[in-house]
Amino acid sequence: MRRLALAAVALAAGVVLAQERAIPPGELKSGSAFLGSDLRALQNDDFANPGMLWVERGEKLWSEPVGKKTLACASCHKDQSMRGVAASYPKIDKASGNLVNLEGRINLCRTGRMGAEPLRYESEELLALTAYLARQSLGAPTAARIDGAARAHFEAGRASYHLRRGQMNLSCAHCHDAQWGKRLLSETISQGHPNAYPAYRMEWQTMGSLERRLRACLSGIRAEMLPYGSQEYLDIELYLAWRAQGLPIETPGVRR
Amino acid sequence: MAARIQIPREARRGEVIEVRILIQHPMETGYRHDDVGHLIRRNVINVLSCRYNGVEVFRADLSSGISANPYVQFYTVAEASGDLEFTWIDDEGERGSERQSIVVKG
Repeated sequence: MRRLALAAVALAAGVVLAQERAIPPGELKSGSAFLGSDLRALQNDDFANPGMLWVERGEKLWSEPVGKKTLACASCHKDQSMRGVAASYPKIDKASGNLVNLEGRINLCRTGRMGAEPLRYESEELLALTAYLARQSLGAPTAARIDGAARAHFEAGRASYHLRRGQMNLSCAHCHDAQWGKRLLSETISQGHPNAYPAYRMEWQTMGSLERRLRACLSGIRAEMLPYGSQEYLDIELYLAWRAQGLPIETPGVRR
Repeated sequence: MAARIQIPREARRGEVIEVRILIQHPMETGYRHDDVGHLIRRNVINVLSCRYNGVEVFRADLSSGISANPYVQFYTVAEASGDLEFTWIDDEGERGSERQSIVVKG
């Protein structure tokens, strides 16, 4: 009887885990897998990828002194490799206990350590620095942590991801978990992974952050767009990072 | 205006070399309207020229149909060591230039 009960518990746990991951790790596909071969080739071309313009700018900004203390990012992060750093975001900032994404981390450094003004979301400078940082994790597997203080944000992000919204009454999951690989008009629905952001999007004709991409989806389903940097976006970003666990970083991605 | 140029550092005399340039520019078409309905004025790079040791080897008249951050690729013959110099100008009169040198052997 006891053994039976244990088996039942194990089975139930298995079911819960299976439910947690709508797309099994073996079936994860980066957004680039849903592109045409021309855009994929453009992304993989280190020279022609237009996002590299921002990466190059970010490299310059990295060692440019700013703020009251005339410090550059490179003044503190001297010989330190930033490889893999971007792949671990969003993460909990130890000092404040808040969840921060890469953009938030850059601005925390600016306001807290450099005595500089925070950079505006979608500003050329913030996109450039984020792209430069993320580029250094090229190929590194996405590996956000959801334990400890991050757990509550993860749960909130998961709830947001599954929340029906807007006039079309759709959640993220309706397309990106249930219908990926199928056609939506002329486009193939992707799995909705964040591993190539900030990315250069043809529709934008410029570089944009993951939050800009989230807003584009919300606008598409005629739902309310939240302000940049809002807590709900951060939570969703954490859930998306966990969902994409193991997918290699592709920044700067090229997308439709 | 930031730009990236890619040419081989070295080539043999008479060799056909690939030249690539990527320029950061919004290439505003002149057909779009802003949030309050005003037409956004056209601002595209209208002339892009490349001189190889002072001699023009490539020239393009770009227009509204070219996407933002234009990428141009062409071929030329490596004749002598020296510079390839790109210059361009947009509708607002802003000029940009970038150069890259090549060593030609043989």
